[in-house]
Amino acid sequence: MDDPALSAAIAANRFGLGARPGELARVGEDARGWLTAQLSGGAPQLRGATLRGSADILSQALKLRHERREARAAAEAANAAVVMKVAQLYLPIYVDETTARIGEALTSERPFIEHLTYFWTNHFAVSVDKVSVFGIAGSFEREAIRPHVLGNFTDLLLASTQHPAMLLYLDNQTSIGPNSQLAQRAARRGGERRFGINENLAREILELHTLGVAGGYAQADVTSFAKVITGWSIGADRGPLPGGGVPGQFVFREQMHEPGAQTVLGKRYAEGGMEQGVAVLRDLAQRPATAHFIATKLARHFIADEPPSEAVDALARTFHESGGNLPSVYRALIGLKQSWAQALAKFKTPGEYIISSLRGLDVPSQYADKARTSFALLGQRIYAPGSPAGWPDRSADWDGPSSIMKRIEWADALGQKMGAHHDAAQLAPQWLGGVMSASTHTSISRAASASQALTLLLTAPEFMRR
Amino acid sequence: MTAIKRRDFLRGAGLAAGALLMTSKIAFAGGGTRARLIFVILRGALDGLTAVPPYGDPHYARLRGEVAIAAPGSNGGALKLDGLFGLHPSLAFLSECYGAHELIVFHAIASPYRERSHFDGQDVLENGCAHAHAVQTGWINRALAALPPDRTARRGELGIALGQNVPLVMRGSAPVASWSPSHLAALDEDTLQRITDLYSTDPVLSQRLADALATQSVADAAQGEPTLAGATEDGAQMSQAQLLARPAQAKGKSGAPYKEVIHATAEFLRSDDGPRVAVFDALGWDTHANEGGAQGQLAARLANLDAGLRLLKEELGPVWRDTVVMVATEFGRTAAVNGTRGTDHGTAAAAFLVGGAVRGGRVIADWPGLSERALYQGRDLAPTLNLHSALKGVLADHLAVPTRALDAAVFPDSAAAKPLPDLVHA
Repeated sequence: MDDPALSAAIAANRFGLGARPGELARVGEDARGWLTAQLSGGAPQLRGATLRGSADILSQALKLRHERREARAAAEAANAAVVMKVAQLYLPIYVDETTARIGEALTSERPFIEHLTYFWTNHFAVSVDKVSVFGIAGSFEREAIRPHVLGNFTDLLLASTQHPAMLLYLDNQTSIGPNSQLAQRAARRGGERRFGINENLAREILELHTLGVAGGYAQADVTSFAKVITGWSIGADRGPLPGGGVPGQFVFREQMHEPGAQTVLGKRYAEGGMEQGVAVLRDLAQRPATAHFIATKLARHFIADEPPSEAVDALARTFHESGGNLPSVYRALIGLKQSWAQALAKFKTPGEYIISSLRGLDVPSQYADKARTSFALLGQRIYAPGSPAGWPDRSADWDGPSSIMKRIEWADALGQKMGAHHDAAQLAPQWLGGVMSASTHTSISRAASASQALTLLLTAPEFMRR
Repeated sequence: MTAIKRRDFLRGAGLAAGALLMTSKIAFAGGGTRARLIFVILRGALDGLTAVPPYGDPHYARLRGEVAIAAPGSNGGALKLDGLFGLHPSLAFLSECYGAHELIVFHAIASPYRERSHFDGQDVLENGCAHAHAVQTGWINRALAALPPDRTARRGELGIALGQNVPLVMRGSAPVASWSPSHLAALDEDTLQRITDLYSTDPVLSQRLADALATQSVADAAQGEPTLAGATEDGAQMSQAQLLARPAQAKGKSGAPYKEVIHATAEFLRSDDGPRVAVFDALGWDTHANEGGAQGQLAARLANLDAGLRLLKEELGPVWRDTVVMVATEFGRTAAVNGTRGTDHGTAAAAFLVGGAVRGGRVIADWPGLSERALYQGRDLAPTLNLHSALKGVLADHLAVPTRALDAAVFPDSAAAKPLPDLVHA
């Protein structure tokens, strides 16, 4: 039989986002029930009066891009001015999005679902260090990820692949079939430009979103899949690409699409316009390799860096048998004995560390804006994993000496700022519950000041992990 | 707050608690090798055919079309290396180094990895094995662990990663440090001591904290202003990083994006009792779309890298003479441009060995050619030179890593990849 105090701490701190005062008491004796209850109801949406849709943002950016094209022809100075305008458009949007996201995390009463949202956003990673997605990474999460977190993996995959942020991030919007109408027209006109595919998105869907790198695909599959999704692009009312569409929204451009049947992973897909790509994605979502890959990542994130293979197999089986029904997979995860076997098996990422600290201190959502800069400071700027693989998920990726030192310095600053208003000795059991060590308890109780006591709680080994 | 000397604190902490001394070396120490090695990882796959254009290959211009780099002498043309190869026009500093016999260019070079995943490719580049995820340690760390005793007559970390965390290439049993700029205020002695005590039963956290403190002490010593919380003119607190960064700002060096990391690298490596091997990342080489040619996206990144290396030479001063900088990437890119004026993931690439200790002025390449028949799988520059041979040559002749260790522990089962001889001055 598990120790209920230990299970409550695992539920709130490893599966959730860190216990707020009173949360461990609410989890009580039924950690599994507390998590399972969060699966009911629609997926939580972000609150924020200023949050805008991707299409709205992108259509404005597209206008600026058009201006820029004209300005470039006119003068260098005008061009620079338009570049500034895009940054001016995107920066406050990024600020609003990340503020709303942190605000939700600080007070969420379904922290498991919020945590799962982060997991999927990281799985289908876009990174704002590519300027074209700087303004729409937040709306990508709200539009493509959140609505499907409690839905089906196939829908999640389709929504992310068709979202402008993903198309821009992995360069698919201008990928053109070499035998497409557009390429043939250009060839007849004798233009210089060689039209062809860009295989970036196709490769990363296979490697990072579905099968995994060992999932049994070859270069030929990447190339033919890239041809299948030629024409998956973004609408614009003017510009170099044909076909219009609603500005800033996903559009299928028949004229750019490579005609004819394609073979991907041994299966022939007849010509079918956009449906050809949808069919490949649906099949990818159902492949056993995909089930195993997703199961491994979930288990690595929620159980341990090197998860037990029985746990991975069980999750993969549920994924496969349920046809990618995500709540079924989450229920299986909650039901695994391995999920509860070892406390503190995961080292917190900087983001997890910051959020859990602020939740522990019951910081209200209106202070989310102040917390924003901490993420970059500690090495995990929001929506900026820097690579389509997303943030890494093992202790060694996060526990470098400099990383630990920064965390300690940050904790100390927080301790000094908030220590006077909090009693660390009284908070400690509410944060750590059944995982608190005697040495942490002693250290806090012997602290020289209230702020030092809080610093010690924030830097305790049990709080660095989840 | 009173300014506290971090080194004094370290000494005191070690004596008072014992924990720090027990769990780690407390500072870098002098002695041992003079040789310095810096490994720069270009993450994202550098396009070797743009960085080092084979302008003399009859198929080059056709494959690259509008983004081909022109022959030396023409407008925006390559900087001549020999009758076949040039350097990208943005690489002015590397061109000077070539003229000064301080640069070796490798071409058609590749690690043993033959697939096209960035992440597995980087894993192989760092793990020194034939396959991704073969081990959880890196070849630099294993080389440090294999150094002969006379090269390690020192107590502290020989390796430093410039970044918050330690990349795979530096991970392993040999103690290494990591450093990144901090914009946070440092802690007071008492709180730090209590945290050290709190970590005494946690092997990972106590080791990391000790490594971080040791690194800071070198930073302090290098700075010559070893205060834990230095007060600025306006009374605000400055972090170690800001203190460290100040001289560079004062000197008004070029605005390369690598300035901060280069400055710190130079500070660490210049120090007599500092580390000897440093590693840092340069990001942004994954040029799938609108890559550009003589000008454009990749040209700008190459110019920044070049400016960073120039700054490194300036800041290393006399230590440049003992330095070898290896610049390598996980794999190359397609020989032909793709449909979006970029290049997709490929196989063989170019790499650079630069520094005062390099026997340079040479291109080392067994050029396979760019004819359709010569391309690897009909699309990529074919690999004809094993990156491990180049790395083994450097480790053997520069750091004196024994051959037996190179063949087995450092690059497992790699006896077939003979070290390239004479890459560095003895």
